[in-house]
Formats: sequence, structure tokens, C-alpha cells
Amino acid sequence: MPPDIQAPKRRASTTPVLDVVALVSVGRHPVTGRGRRADLDARGVELALSLPEAQTRLVHAGRYDADSEQALRGYLGMGFKDLTLLEQPAGSDVSVALGEALEDWGPQLVIAGERAEQGEGSGMLAYLLAERLGWPLVQGLAAIEEVSQGVATVLQALPRGQRRRLKVRLPAIVTVDSAAPAARQSAFGPARRGECQSLTVDACKDEALSSWTMQPARKRPKRLKIVKAASARDRFKAAAAKAEGGGGQVLSDVTPDEGAEAIYKLLKDEGVLR
Amino acid sequence: MLDTLLPILIAGALALAVVGAWRRVRLWRQGRPAPVSLLKGLAAIPRRYLVDLHHVVARDKMISNTHVATAGGFVAAAVLMVLVHGLGLAEGILGWVLLAASATMFAGSCFVARRRRNPPARLSKGPWMRLPKSLMAFSLSTFAITLPAVGLLPEDFGSWILALVLSAVLVWGLGEMFFGMTWGGPMKHAFAGALHLAFHRRPDRFSTKEGGEGRSTGLKALNLDDHEAPLGVETPSDFTWNQLLGFDACVQCGRCEAVCPAFAAGQPLNPKKLIQDMVVGMAGGSDAEYAGSPYPGKPVGEHEGSADGPIVARQGKALVDADTLWSCTTCRACVEECPMMIEHVDAIVDMRRFMTLEHGNTPNKGAEVLDNLIATDNPGGFDPGARMHWAADLALPLMADRGEAEVLLWLGDGAYDMRNQRTLRSLVKVLRAADVDFAVLGDEERDSGDVARRLGDEATFQSLAKRNIATLSKYRFKRIVTCDPHSFHVLGNEYGELGGEYEVRHHSTFIAELYDAGKLAFAPWKGGRVTYHDPCYLGRYNGEFEAPRNVLKALGIEVAEMERSGFRSRCCGGGGGAAITDVPGKQRIPDMRMGDVGETGADMVAVGCPQCTAMLEGVVDSTAEVRDIAELVANALVEAPASAGDRSQAQGPQAVEVS
Repeated sequence: MPPDIQAPKRRASTTPVLDVVALVSVGRHPVTGRGRRADLDARGVELALSLPEAQTRLVHAGRYDADSEQALRGYLGMGFKDLTLLEQPAGSDVSVALGEALEDWGPQLVIAGERAEQGEGSGMLAYLLAERLGWPLVQGLAAIEEVSQGVATVLQALPRGQRRRLKVRLPAIVTVDSAAPAARQSAFGPARRGECQSLTVDACKDEALSSWTMQPARKRPKRLKIVKAASARDRFKAAAAKAEGGGGQVLSDVTPDEGAEAIYKLLKDEGVLR
Repeated sequence: MLDTLLPILIAGALALAVVGAWRRVRLWRQGRPAPVSLLKGLAAIPRRYLVDLHHVVARDKMISNTHVATAGGFVAAAVLMVLVHGLGLAEGILGWVLLAASATMFAGSCFVARRRRNPPARLSKGPWMRLPKSLMAFSLSTFAITLPAVGLLPEDFGSWILALVLSAVLVWGLGEMFFGMTWGGPMKHAFAGALHLAFHRRPDRFSTKEGGEGRSTGLKALNLDDHEAPLGVETPSDFTWNQLLGFDACVQCGRCEAVCPAFAAGQPLNPKKLIQDMVVGMAGGSDAEYAGSPYPGKPVGEHEGSADGPIVARQGKALVDADTLWSCTTCRACVEECPMMIEHVDAIVDMRRFMTLEHGNTPNKGAEVLDNLIATDNPGGFDPGARMHWAADLALPLMADRGEAEVLLWLGDGAYDMRNQRTLRSLVKVLRAADVDFAVLGDEERDSGDVARRLGDEATFQSLAKRNIATLSKYRFKRIVTCDPHSFHVLGNEYGELGGEYEVRHHSTFIAELYDAGKLAFAPWKGGRVTYHDPCYLGRYNGEFEAPRNVLKALGIEVAEMERSGFRSRCCGGGGGAAITDVPGKQRIPDMRMGDVGETGADMVAVGCPQCTAMLEGVVDSTAEVRDIAELVANALVEAPASAGDRSQAQGPQAVEVS
């Protein structure tokens, strides 16, 4: 059974408390489109709860209405007393408000889902925050193994169940992959009792967004996956495959110039830079 | 000498009993308040005891006669003893009646002793083993001290030694019967049991003189609007006081244990031990004193609790382990067998509610099923818009188009299940053959909330129920017909408290009515031997044992009954979310049930429940096929006779489409 995580207390012991901020968003059920706790964000909260010394603060930036409250209470139901709400009108760039708040609080670890289940869903938020705060970012975590002396050891999820162990100096921002452990059940009692504490923050209008036209996604025909594999192992690999880039190379122990050269070349090849 | 000693002894025993009773009542009053009508309840004791309780006890004739003699003899002897020896009213007939009463009691206690010689495993041992001796001590000494009082023996018969010995035996008897009754001995069952009959939480379950059959099986709703009200039961004192009183009434006869499918399957549940654990929790202490069968796989003596301590610990051990509570299939076999009218299932669901609503600890697939119910209104997480795909070619009339119909056909979540879709298609065929004016809700239908409620998620249940009630209130229909006994039970017995009163029929009942009205005609049965499995939620929950058998009879099938059928039917293992929480045991409940089927030599088992179909059909290497009653009826349909009601003119079987 999960320990009672209702009231994380600052301990007088030698182990310092780890200040964690879990960014949570309003999700959308893939079948019915109903609001819910977003799957990846909830996995992020679960990761935070699994850290023994963490004192976790739930933060949501966005609109606040009856529907979104219902969804956000799903996170409170995982055993939290309150959730900090940075209320933003529709069409705001929440990264600005979040960045200011994080600068203000100075947490050591920020955990977020890889991308939101609705809205832009670009997965850019963590990158924008990392750029603004100047913190390292690790994408696609499956687990946080250890946090000690300001360094977190994390497992990054790679395709086909592979993992890469990384060490990252805190403060850092991490995003969570669907390979992370599933979130615990959200219980009705704590969800109902929990409080959404609204902080007044300035909203920054998302200029780019307002110039876009939005329309519902068209269902596109899916290319059938033709499995040519002869053996069961190949079929399993094909079934378990994630999208993966064909090329790519890992550069280590190179000079900054060589590194920059390689990145410049890649961006040219991909057509990002012309 | 006895003349002076007896009144003192009797008065002393009675005084101690009163003190004990006061202490016992205080234990019960630790529970939450529950309104009862005091005088009406007390006045109802004799009828509830003599009719309802005796109806259960009399299923075992030997024990019922033993109990009548022992208990009847004791009550009479105790009252007369106070009059004769306590108040000295020995003149006239009273002394003689007291002699007869104590003699009857002694005869009864001999049978109690005989049963205790090689007691079956379900009986508790420990203090219960001394009970026949105590009964004899009381009855014999009462008999002996009454002999001089009626003049059969001279007043000064025997020496003072004899008087002393007699007094000692009497003290033993009085101690067990009066002192032990209220201080926690085996005789406690009489004191608590009588008051439990008076203040039962479900007064509706007792029969009435006016002919009410006495059935109350719907779970009671939690008040979710009151944010201060506790969500389920965390500690023993979270039960209502009359629930605690009910636990205390347990006589540890183990009839519940003998019929519990989870116990038989080796899952860690024993209803008797569970009730005793609640008593331990109420009084505070450990279960080490318990002298009956343990929860399978869990040694006695490792658990302890108190009235305000948790029943299930978040970590480690408390009074009861969580898997014990999640093993229950809510089949109500224990409640049906309990001579003390204890409501085990209510208590288990109360404790599950706390685990789900406060701890968020529904085991195994439970959390996923509940999330699906919240997000998609069905436990499988299927698209609500795909609910009617199975009937794409049937052009079923929709309530949304029609607005009214005589019969609303409630499909249940079996609409997503390919096996149950065959049953549904058969049922539609039968309804059409009988020209029934029916319509379905289609995509507007949601899960009835049965599984959510029994997994303890009262919030999701009430959300589903309220939305279903709102949908149903838009349309006009005479009755609801469903092939799912769980929906039947919830719609019929549990929606009422939330504002939805409906007349609901199980499809077997409805088909039986159609047949009796001459609207259906069947070809003669050509198959083999058939047995019938009573679904718990149809039989024990709703008392419908006859209609399915009548339908099978109409089909020309002679049912080869299983040993455990009717009100004693054994669960398929699929109720109460047990298939979802899936607590491991030594064997599977459906395997045992298919074993029961095999014993009858039947090569087909007729069922009337999608859950039972799924569970029984999941049994590997079974000797019998599983068919829903609707399928059997649809396969046997022939043209209805020209003159309704006269079935002898029915023509021979015609080619019938088999769907």
C-alpha cells in the first residue's frame, strides 16, 4: 500500500528535502474526449511520489473552470492536500507565467509529462522553460533512480525497452515517457477534499497562436504495417517497435567546435537551416 | 440452607448480567448512530425469531429441534427459576413447570453434547466445547434444587455436603448462562442475537403477517453531499451501532464458512472469521483467541485491532488484510445461511468503500475498470458510440426515436462482449417472435454501476446511476427487461434510493410470462441432459428461482438439479468484481461450479447471466456446454399456435433460423 503521503513534512534529519514541482495539465480521454488527469503528467506525479525525500508541489497553469477543476482533482486524488493554480485566460503562453513562478520558487527538480493531451500538445513547454531558466533538460524518463548531493541519476526510455542511465546536475527539468510506471489510482476522498489554490499571475498572450487557424484533425488513412518477418522474434520486434530515427550518432569526448560542426551539419541535412 | 442461598445466587447472577449487558451495550454504542424504532423493534422479536430465524435454523432439522428444546427450556427455566427460587413462589403448578422446563433443557443439551463429540470443521471449538456441559450443569442443578420445592423430596434431603456440591454446580450453570451471556461467553449470542433481531439494519428483510416475503438486498447509499460524512468504514467504530450489534450476535456455527465459494477456493476469506475479527476490533485485542477455521493461508494470532484503529492498514498488518475483503464475490450465500441474520456483504462493501474512496487501493484491474467507467461509462473502456454495433443489422427501435414502448430492453455492458451478443440477439429474436413492443436506449445507455459499487466506488456508481435515471426519465415504458441479473438488481433495488423506481424483469421471468400468455411455442427438446445454474443476483438477491425453471420445463427440458441449487446455488466467481480483483486461491470458483455441473451428468448448463456465462465458459476441459436461457428459447421457437393459449395444437418443428 502506498504510504500516507498527505503531509510531507520537512525533516530535521541530515537528508535535505528535495523540492519538486510537478507540472500537471488537463488531459483528454482518447476515446470519449472527456477531461481527465493527463496520463504522462500523472506518471510524472507518480515519479515524484516515489522519491523518498521529495516534497512535491503540483502546479497547473491554464484556464480554470468546472471541467478543468474536475480533471485537476484527479491529481489531488493521488494524495495531495493542494494544487497551485496559475490562472491564465485561453490563448495565453503559459510558459511565461510558469517560468516566472519557477524562478520565484527555485525548486530543484521540475517534472512534466512529455506533451499535453490537448491544446497545442507540441511538447515544447519543458524546452521553453529550460531555455528561460538555463537549466538542463532530460527528456523521456522511465525512472528516477537516485537523487543525492545535487545530482539525479535517471533512466531515459529508448525504443524497444532500452534504457540509458544519465546523471544530471540539479536544478533540472525532466519530462516523463509512457514507459514510466503507471500512476496510482486517484481516490475520491482526497480528490474532493484537496484545494486548488489560485495565484494571481500576469498572463502573456500567445501572439503566434492567435495568428493560427485551428481545425479538428482529419482522420488520415493509416499505412498498413506489412510484417515481413519470418520468425516470432522478428514479429515481436516489429510489434514492439517505436518510431526511431534511422541515422544519428552519439558524439562523446569531442571538442565544442567538432560538436557544433556536427550539429550544424545535421540541421543543414534536415532542412532546418538553409 | 439452600433456601437462603438460592435467592442470593440468583440475584447475584442477574446483577452481574445487568452490569455485563450495560458494558456490552456500551461496546455497540461505539458505532455510528442509526435510527431504529425501539418499541416496535422489541415487539417484533418474537415473530422475527419464531418465523424468520427459525426458517433458517430449520434447514437442519436435528439442530433446530435441539435448539428448540435447549433454548425454549432455558428461557422457561430461567424465568420460572427467578419466580420459584428467587421470589419463593413454589406453590401450585410453577414448580412442576420448572421441573419440566429444566428436563427439556437437559434433553436438548444431550443433543448439543452429541454434536460436539465429533464437531464438523465449520464449528468453532474453544469455549464452545464446554457449552454442552454448562447447559447440563444449569439444567440438572435447576432440576435438583426444584425437587424439594415441589415436595418430591423432603426439604432437608441429603447432607450439607450435597447442598454445597449442588450449589457449586448451579453457580457454574448460572455463570455460563447469566454472567456469560452478557460478559462475552458463548451464550452472548442469545442476548446480542435477540437485540439484533429487534434493531436489525434491514427491517425489510423480515417477513410480515400480511404476507410480505421479506427481502432486502440492495446496498445502502453513501451520502456524498455531506462532505463530513465518512466514505465507508475505516475503523470498527465507523460501522453503525446496529451493525456492531449484529457482529456480536454471531454464534460461530460456520454455516457461512461452509457455503462461501471463496473459502472453498482457498482464497483468504472466511465469513465467520471476518465477523469474529470485527468483534475483536470492537472490543480491542488480537484474534489469537479465535477457535475456528482461519482465513485460508493466514495463521490465527497475527492480527489485532481496536475500535478506533484501522481495520486494514496501509502498510503492514492490522485487523484484516485487504485481500480478505477483495476475495468476496458478494454472492450472499453467507447471508442466506446465517441463522443470526448477520449482513456480511454490507460490511465487506462498507470496508471496500473506504479502501477505494480514501486509499485509492482497488487491487489488480480494479483501478483500470473504475477509470474506464468514469471516462467511457463502461468497464471495458470501449467507445460509448460503439455500444450498438452488435445490432447493426437488427434495426432495433430506439427510445430516442420512439419516445415510448411497453418494454425497455436494457442491454447491459454485455453489448460489447461477443459471447453475450449471441444471447442478446437470441433475446431480440424471442421478443420479436412474441410481438413485444420494445425499444432500447442504444448509445444513451450506460453501465448500471453494479461493478463500481461493489468495488467500493460509490461516487462512480452514483454518477452513473443518476445519469441513467435522468435518461430513463425522458421516456415512457411499462417495464424494463434485461438479460443481466446485475443490472436487474441494481435498477430494481438500488436506483430507488436515488430516485429511480422501475418495474424490472429478468428475461427468464418475462419469457415465462410470454409463454404463459400463449405468445411463444417451442419445438420439443431434442438435446441431452440439462442442469440449471442459479445466478446469485437473480436467485438469492431477488428470489427468482421458479421462472427460469418454468421456461426450461416449457422447452421440454427436465432439469437435472445440482446439489447446490436454488437458494443454496454456488456462485460462478464473477460477482462483486471478484473477477477483476482476482485474488489468488488454491482453485478457481468457476472450476468448482463446473465440477458441480459435471456431477449431475448434464452435458449442458443453462444460465441466465452474462457474468456466469463468461465465468463458466472460461473453464478448461469442461464436460458441459453453457447456454443462456434466451439462446435455448430462440433455438426452439416455432410459429405460435393460431389460438393463443392452446399449445397442444402446435405444429411440429419447423426450420428456424439459428442466430
